Amino acid sequence: MTRPLSAPLDVGFDYTRSLGPTLGRFLSDLRRRRVTGIRGSDGRVHVPPLEYDPVTAESLHEFVDVAATGVVRGWSWIPEPLEGQPLDRPFAWALIQLDGADTSLLHAVDAGTPDQISTGARVRVRWRAERVGAITDIECFEISDEPADEPVAADDVTMVTTPVNLHYTHSASPTEDPFLRGLMEGRLLGQRCPSCEKVYFPPRPACPTDGVPTTDQVELADHGTITTYCVVNVPFLGQRIPPPYVSAYVLLDGADIPFLHLLLGVAPEDVRMGMRVEAVWKPREEWGPTMQNIDHFRPSGEPDAPFDSYSQHL
Amino acid sequence: MRDIAVVGFAQTPCVRETDGTTNGVEMLVPIFHEVLGGLGLTKTDIGFWCSGSSDYLAGRAFSFVSAVDAIGAFPPIAESHVEMDAAWALYEAWVKLLCGEVDTALVYGFGKSSAGQLRRVMAMQLDPYLVTPLWPDTLGLAGIQARMGIENGLWDERAMASVAARSRRNALSNPLAQLSGEVGADELLASPYVADPLRRHDCAPITDGAATIVLAAGDRARELCERPAWITGFQHRTDSPSFGTRDLTTSPSAVAAGKAAGVDGVQVAELHAPFTHQEILLRQALGLGDDVSVNPSGGVLAGNPMFSAGLARIGEAARRVHDGSASKVLGHATSGPLLQQNLVCVMEGRA
Repeated sequence: MTRPLSAPLDVGFDYTRSLGPTLGRFLSDLRRRRVTGIRGSDGRVHVPPLEYDPVTAESLHEFVDVAATGVVRGWSWIPEPLEGQPLDRPFAWALIQLDGADTSLLHAVDAGTPDQISTGARVRVRWRAERVGAITDIECFEISDEPADEPVAADDVTMVTTPVNLHYTHSASPTEDPFLRGLMEGRLLGQRCPSCEKVYFPPRPACPTDGVPTTDQVELADHGTITTYCVVNVPFLGQRIPPPYVSAYVLLDGADIPFLHLLLGVAPEDVRMGMRVEAVWKPREEWGPTMQNIDHFRPSGEPDAPFDSYSQHL
Repeated sequence: MRDIAVVGFAQTPCVRETDGTTNGVEMLVPIFHEVLGGLGLTKTDIGFWCSGSSDYLAGRAFSFVSAVDAIGAFPPIAESHVEMDAAWALYEAWVKLLCGEVDTALVYGFGKSSAGQLRRVMAMQLDPYLVTPLWPDTLGLAGIQARMGIENGLWDERAMASVAARSRRNALSNPLAQLSGEVGADELLASPYVADPLRRHDCAPITDGAATIVLAAGDRARELCERPAWITGFQHRTDSPSFGTRDLTTSPSAVAAGKAAGVDGVQVAELHAPFTHQEILLRQALGLGDDVSVNPSGGVLAGNPMFSAGLARIGEAARRVHDGSASKVLGHATSGPLLQQNLVCVMEGRA
């Protein structure tokens, strides 16, 4: 058996977060090429600063300036860096205890080769030229017993934006696969549940009522009945048709579950439940493994279906 | 307090990559049939359903809702979900049974780790302000912890390789394992580092899989199972997410969970240790002596299905009670970076 269809799926978005007084101070200071810690309930200086003490859970407020130089307390070596990491050449991840701090900060050390780094090695911050108030304002650490660059003036920051980019391979299920391959040939293939005998279009990996995989393929015609609909009047990002337009649930003849599609060729005020519709396909050369092969549905001109014929499919 | 027991357990084979979807339905349907069929139950006999999985692993929103298709949730069911290993879903179900609301619960976890880049996806569980933006990978973080233990004399690379060798040897008797075989520490130590001081054998493999457990209370458990694995201690604890603050060579949360759950006298321990040095660390934290059989299934070094591996540890341990080969066992699960959160479930058989 051939493997089900699959395709790359890239998920990308930004998290934008407000910082509050503790992290806001820390990241504002990084922008100034300064490192700030906070004193814990037991007198230890935490870098990065914590909002609450890790032992007593007390709210912490006493900021403490620490150096941009320190000592490696533990490390690992990354021979092949991954996307988004601080360096694109081999580097060390390290827990670094800055001078004046009692706890350690995670960051990258640009050591060149693993024999250049050891626990106890002296390091200093390599500041990024363009600083925005983020942990990445520290480009990385470097092996050195010299001081880091001097502080400079900069405005406070109150927000931080973190881009997230993740990459997946999305696989169709064994029942979605023939559905998608059918669409490439202009065929509408549903699946029947062997237990309740309902026909799902699009098919699902298992019947959500019975929890068993569907087994029988059912070819459906490209016409059906509007079970319900809404008139879209609100513009939104990515909208392809100027409102108002009609999104309708279409119950294909022979199917038990309606699906959402676009209805054109009729004024919104004339649409009604029970209206009979037919698919308007895109030109064949534009077909792919997608329901978008059907450009939209339009009224077929047949008399309306009686309510009883779709009342169990709403 | 009500007596509650693990009465059923099923899991998929651990494999590097499945053809299935990221909502787990194809993996879950067969193991639901296996575990319910084995107990003579149907879905309507289950009072509460609870699952563990992750949308970041699936790369899609509400993947756990799609997974409910595998149950056939009609008539409507009582259901819940945790974005953690399903061992924590088991804890939620156990509390539900303790409250007397229901007599049975089915817990499941699933994950298709192969769909994305697992080393990067796991950065999403870190501090989103100061750590995730650096995209630390799981191997890089574990390597720091391993080196700290080595330099403190708590373990060495040979001891770590020996854990991997024993895991694969034990997995020879586990037909669902992903990695198994006879291999010596010398041979393993000859391989290159993937994240110095970690070699490939020190790291759990990337695994697709799912697991499920059925819990039952009191007489219902006795009806369903000849030798129920009665839960006598079930505790979870957590350490600070700020891992630069804590001593990474031990795990206070594992120590505390083990002490509270009462691990003295266990004969078998299934430990959720995705890195070889973490098994050594957990043995020390839980105070397990040489007479305790650790990870007879091979553990997660032989197959690590994300979000069900911890649940499967409890299932594997319970199985030793069900088959009469042990009378007191523990299953352990971890969540978060570097053993930040730890859960211990102690189970006993009764004559």
